[in-house]
Amino acid sequence: MTKTMTFAAALLAASVLGGMANAKTLVYCSEASPANFDPGTTTGGNDFDASSRTVYSRLVEFKHGGTEIEPGLADKWEISDDGLVYTFHLHPGVKFQTTDYFKPTRDLNADDVVFSFDRQFNKQNPWNGDKYLPNLTWDYYTGMDMPKYVAKWEKVDDLTVKLTLTEPNAPMLANLGMDFASIVSKEYADQLEKSGKMADFSTKPIGTGPFQFVDYQLDSVIRYAANPDYFKGKEKIDDLVFAITPDATARTQKVLAGECDVAPYPNPADLATIKANKDVTLLDQAGLNIGYMSYNTTIPPLDKPEVRHALNQAIDREALIKALFQDAGATPAQNLIPPTMWSWNKDVKFDSYDPEAAKKVLADAGLKEIQLWASDRVRPYNPNFQRAAELIQADWAKVGVKAEIVNYEWTKYRAEGKKKDRPGAFQVGWTGDNGDPDNFFATLFACSAIGVSNYSSWCDKDFEDLIQKAKKTSDQGERTKLYQQAQVIFQKQAPAFLLAHSQVYAVVRNNVSGFKMDPLGIHRFDGVDKSE
Amino acid sequence: MLRYLLNKIALVIPTLVGITICAFAFVRLLPGDPILAMAGEHGVSPARYEELKEQFGYNLPIWEQYARYVGEVATGDFGVSISSKRPVLEEFKTLFPATLELSFFAMIFAMVIGIPAGIFAAVKRGSWFDQSLMGTALVGYSMPIFWWGLLLIIFFSGYLGWTPVSGRIGLQFFLKPITGFMTIDSILYGKWDALRSALSHLVLPAIVLGTIPLAVIARQTRSAMLEVLGEDYVRTARAKGLSAARVISVHALRNALIPVVTTIGLQVGTLLAGAILTETIFAWPGIGKWMVDSIFKRDYVVVQSGLLLIALIVMAVNLIVDVLYAVINPRIRAA
Repeated sequence: MTKTMTFAAALLAASVLGGMANAKTLVYCSEASPANFDPGTTTGGNDFDASSRTVYSRLVEFKHGGTEIEPGLADKWEISDDGLVYTFHLHPGVKFQTTDYFKPTRDLNADDVVFSFDRQFNKQNPWNGDKYLPNLTWDYYTGMDMPKYVAKWEKVDDLTVKLTLTEPNAPMLANLGMDFASIVSKEYADQLEKSGKMADFSTKPIGTGPFQFVDYQLDSVIRYAANPDYFKGKEKIDDLVFAITPDATARTQKVLAGECDVAPYPNPADLATIKANKDVTLLDQAGLNIGYMSYNTTIPPLDKPEVRHALNQAIDREALIKALFQDAGATPAQNLIPPTMWSWNKDVKFDSYDPEAAKKVLADAGLKEIQLWASDRVRPYNPNFQRAAELIQADWAKVGVKAEIVNYEWTKYRAEGKKKDRPGAFQVGWTGDNGDPDNFFATLFACSAIGVSNYSSWCDKDFEDLIQKAKKTSDQGERTKLYQQAQVIFQKQAPAFLLAHSQVYAVVRNNVSGFKMDPLGIHRFDGVDKSE
Repeated sequence: MLRYLLNKIALVIPTLVGITICAFAFVRLLPGDPILAMAGEHGVSPARYEELKEQFGYNLPIWEQYARYVGEVATGDFGVSISSKRPVLEEFKTLFPATLELSFFAMIFAMVIGIPAGIFAAVKRGSWFDQSLMGTALVGYSMPIFWWGLLLIIFFSGYLGWTPVSGRIGLQFFLKPITGFMTIDSILYGKWDALRSALSHLVLPAIVLGTIPLAVIARQTRSAMLEVLGEDYVRTARAKGLSAARVISVHALRNALIPVVTTIGLQVGTLLAGAILTETIFAWPGIGKWMVDSIFKRDYVVVQSGLLLIALIVMAVNLIVDVLYAVINPRIRAA
């Protein structure tokens, strides 16, 4: 009997959903299965594409295709003069999605916002620990130092939320645009807690975003429908489908065959085929990352900027990039931050290749031997540390410097490399989190990051003053000026050899409009349309 | 017979212990600290590191970790995935039908072509057909699955447009799983176009996964057939004046098939190993792709328990083959 019922119900569902076949459907061939659909608990870009960027919204949002902040669920906000208190005014009448597993009885309010953050740090919150999901680590919340900066979240009234900080921190606004800061429904959470189905919160998501969740067949297909109540207006696509396709060549073939409309990260070897096809377009952009090599600026003769410049000049960077990135290509780095990030200083140019000049300086400084560090891991900003080390070694040999390559497994590599007294040149890199320049400059080269992630052990007073001031100033125009000055100092002092920002690609069918590459590496489908 | 059975089952126990040790050790022998690997680019503070180590039980002595692990597995608790937080066994159950379905069709493909080809090669021994078939079988056996799969996709799906590139069924079909087998489910729903779509999605991956077993089966059939064709009873049958077709199909083939059946049973391990690559290329939502994803995500719990579950299945199938063999061939029981 039960079997017959299940069968009948399934049949009904199939026929209802079968009727949706004529609707406008966009198929995205995603690169991996999402871990789950709760963006507070996950860390992967593909997790976020499938949850926070489709189902959820945040207080503030990144501009589509950029790193600037614009209003999201908060229409406007005020920041107190001391930079400690942020007051957010919520958009009135925002509805959570209505699905077959949840029917909201009220609109979004301040309780939802407070709950969305409280659950990530408050050990008393039942959603913080094992009761919800086993082994939760809330990696992004702790990784972005939120526990250090956030004093408290408070509800002022239904549509007003107040955030108090422990110290001024301008990048906080960008943090709130990040995926982990997605706003979830407290009403839905309460309902699941009562019915004892808390784990459903991570598999059947409810948010206020442009698309609502319909179904997920493990490791295969995720289905969404346009959210009819979306507060920024219903999307033009009716159905959004993620077809999970891990192999890069198969993904490209699917776009070429018309089985999907958009696919990220094509195989570099397929780029020529894609460019030759008239039905599809290859989109590219410099990724929000940087590959570089840190000199330990405290150990002579590397403590002298001219010696570091000379080492930079001795490297044939163009040939190096070509050998490492091959067909995929990469943008040679002029600054620590990529050109897609606000405050990028276009007047700053990285050292040009000049082995003759380098040879003289290095001979005068008496630099004959140096350690050159390499690891085994493939990173987006450097596909092959070992090969890079060998090429740099050859370039340096030409100017009379003998480099000894030091190898470690990746986790040990970084643990050894960040030690204050680590000698020589250390290859490393960074992928940005929130599009804020502070996330590059302060994370990688602040004095306080020595021994943590400042692999150059570089502490320059002028540079430090500028980036600390920029961190505490909330005016973006002012911050831009400060970071641009910081880039000039960085170039003069040369604490590192800057390699490149790797190129990121996506393949899109020509009948799709409105899809943009995103410097943050996310794939968004709001504002995307498709013609037949 | 009972003694034979008990003997076989007794042999399973040390194998099982060995597998748990292998799965446990394998994950721990991988380079890199699991906690640091999980933390990613940001790294973790030393205090948080200790906290996480305790949370995941990595602070315990290694023997205690192993004892804990075996204890859990013995009670049917295969742990919870680090990344998805779902029970490993639940994910396995959801995904296994896809692998089973693919393996089944791959095996059908291998047998339908492999057995007749082997027979024909044996009958025409030394002919150009025999020579080229055995050559092709050797090539098939040595074929790198990854390359072979991509080649077929680019030619049949990309260039000719005959088959879909990847996936299990056309995206317009939205069938809530009943059995988890796409072909059976589409029949149960009475959706014939869905069945057609599911079958067309099976063609390329089944060929790719079936290629190695096909080569093995063809070679095995040929050699078994050659052996049987030289037997006295075949000569007798021929002498009786039976037609060549009848001698081959009734007298020779039935006897030649016994070792072939064993070979087929033993191919299960090959199929599951091949599924790892095939499923990844064809975006086939089975346990092979699941294992690869988990390795990339450094989801140690899934890798460890997945290895164990797959090993258990291979062992179970081998045990069944042993038993079947004893049923087919009574001489084995006494041995």
